[in-house]
Amino acid sequence: MTAAHIAFAAFALITVVSAFVVASHRSIVHSAFGLFFTFFGVAGLYLTLGADFVMAAQILIYVGGIMVLLLFGVMLTPSRRSDFVPARFLRALTLGAIVLVGLLWVLKNAHWATQELASPESTIDEIGRQLLTREQYLLPFEVVSVLLLAALIGAAYLARRRKIVD
Amino acid sequence: MFEQSIILSAIRDAIDWVLGLVGQDISILPLPVQVVLCGLIAAGGLMGAIAFAVLIYVWMERRIAGRMQARRGPNRVGPYGLLQTVADTFKLLRKEDIIPTGANRILFAFAPMLVLAGVVAAFAAIPISWDADKGEPIMIADIDLGIFLITAIVATEVIGVIMAGWASNNKWSLYGAMREAAQVVSYEIPLGLSLLVPVLIVGDLSLGAATEDQLGGNWLIWRNPFMWAVFFIFYVAGLANCKRAPFDLPEAESELVAGFHTEYSGLRFSFFFMEEYASMTLISAIGAIYFFGAGDLFGLQGSSSLIMFGVLLFKILVSIFVMMWIRWTLPRLRIDQVMTLGYKVLTPIAFFLLLGVTVWDLYDLNDKLWELFSRS
Amino acid sequence: MYFDYTNVLIFFLVGIGFVGVNMVVGSLLRPSKPNPEKNSAYECGEDPIGPNRVQFDIRFYTVALIFIIFDVEIAFLFPWANSFQEFKAAGLGGLVFFEVLVFVSILFLGLVYLWAKGDLDWVKSTEAQRRAALAHRRAEEAKETAADSAKSESATELDLTVAAEAGHH
Repeated sequence: MTAAHIAFAAFALITVVSAFVVASHRSIVHSAFGLFFTFFGVAGLYLTLGADFVMAAQILIYVGGIMVLLLFGVMLTPSRRSDFVPARFLRALTLGAIVLVGLLWVLKNAHWATQELASPESTIDEIGRQLLTREQYLLPFEVVSVLLLAALIGAAYLARRRKIVD
Repeated sequence: MFEQSIILSAIRDAIDWVLGLVGQDISILPLPVQVVLCGLIAAGGLMGAIAFAVLIYVWMERRIAGRMQARRGPNRVGPYGLLQTVADTFKLLRKEDIIPTGANRILFAFAPMLVLAGVVAAFAAIPISWDADKGEPIMIADIDLGIFLITAIVATEVIGVIMAGWASNNKWSLYGAMREAAQVVSYEIPLGLSLLVPVLIVGDLSLGAATEDQLGGNWLIWRNPFMWAVFFIFYVAGLANCKRAPFDLPEAESELVAGFHTEYSGLRFSFFFMEEYASMTLISAIGAIYFFGAGDLFGLQGSSSLIMFGVLLFKILVSIFVMMWIRWTLPRLRIDQVMTLGYKVLTPIAFFLLLGVTVWDLYDLNDKLWELFSRS
Repeated sequence: MYFDYTNVLIFFLVGIGFVGVNMVVGSLLRPSKPNPEKNSAYECGEDPIGPNRVQFDIRFYTVALIFIIFDVEIAFLFPWANSFQEFKAAGLGGLVFFEVLVFVSILFLGLVYLWAKGDLDWVKSTEAQRRAALAHRRAEEAKETAADSAKSESATELDLTVAAEAGHH
């Protein structure tokens, strides 16, 4: 039991427990706030894997951005509590159980490449290098901007459409 | 094993010395305990510093406001009214804590914690001085991601504000929170874009590297003609991020009572206050480090890290004074003006400045112009 | 690296703990005499009217949507800014600048689009919204008219009201 194990266990616990709250809470605003902790837990998990840039990006974009969007979305829908429907719950439980069994099977049978966790170096320099080198990730980097542009236009269009429906 | 920063190793030595008094040394503590203990002491020191600074700031703000409005400001409690804020602290401590009916008690209690925690964590990556002997910045954690992590972690504050506004079960609170979120989020774009410029010139995300780069009067603000404009955008966006006047419409007293903290009273309210001043300090510190040479005074400070710390502190205080000056001079903006300024003025200008600085730096135009100038 | 982040995490937790500890210490010093009047939501002295968790305008949502796109863009630009000097030293500065020029220009196009379409206007969009809503309602009415000729009279009446309203604005 090393410090890395404890950190991993703590972050995993935060993620799973808050994800459970998100899925099970009756009030949608509570679910949204629960998601905040899930995002944080996932950011922590990235960090334990040595992916510091991904961790910071997760906090910047998901915690600081997506969360705000979600909360705004929740605030502009009429607040109502979702009802408990036994049949639906049963269906979800079955599906969940199947997925769980599948995951466990994969976990058991996969060949994991294990490595002792030494404190890794920051990934930011390498990311910058690879992102801008033509032989590596330059094309995806440029395509991302087109993707973002498409998302921007699409989002603005949908938001405008929503106004009409209201 | 791991590289401890100067502050943390100093704390470690101090613990070692204290344990030495009882005939022990630090090796009796297991390593994780040492790490956590050093971190806790450093963080406790920072919290104390923030609390003390807030006392001074509030006093400053009141005195400055008084002078600017041709009145005296607090001058009865202690010399120059210096103890007024201390008395106010005791008042806040003695105030009843009211949680309104229908409020969500857990989120209501958690919101101020979250709001404060983001700013406190960001301070861990701020260098306060420079150690000339060892050639490294004096800071808690010299993180390679530096300013990127700070931007990310400060962004979590918005969630705390929305949480406070929603949990209060009050219309004013919710309106204030939503306004604040929309405003802060909009100004994060010009803020991020303007922070890219110093990063680009220094070539490193760490603020410690920026401190080193500017030693000897080589401040970033002199590096090219765009820098003053970049700094202006940074400062305006920073003001909006701190919710300071003229961007204080999330808590506009005359229309929204007190915005998102309407229902917060006594001590619980004071944490929001503390956060406001702490983030003002943070923005001022980043501004001083990224544009005005951190603790450097044209090399006059010599190699003394204590003087450098003093110089940085002075620069921060000047910036705080300007923020207060702006607050008591400019009227509050309207929400549509805030949005127009953010998206239609600051963001496009920040884009062009970023590209302009890149071109300037790429072709070393400073050197070329200098050559041209000296030849003629 | 882990060590540095441990300290940031400790700072974050201390920020949370500071509030908690102070609230506990404060609870020993402060009075607690709640009553229903005192605990009611503050509405300038009146009794609260209606639900306190009100619905919000779509404009907030649009702002958040725009923000996320640019936020992602900035997240991509930080590694670029970090590596620029390195590429410049290797003689690839011009190429890297061109790469980022393309990246930024494409997204700037998005900003121009939003500007042109009026999505960045906080006030005008409400007007546009009203007009769009009216046009939509009209189209719906027209559809109903076509589908159900028996109710054509009342529909025309409604249509007229809508037209009058539109004319009014």
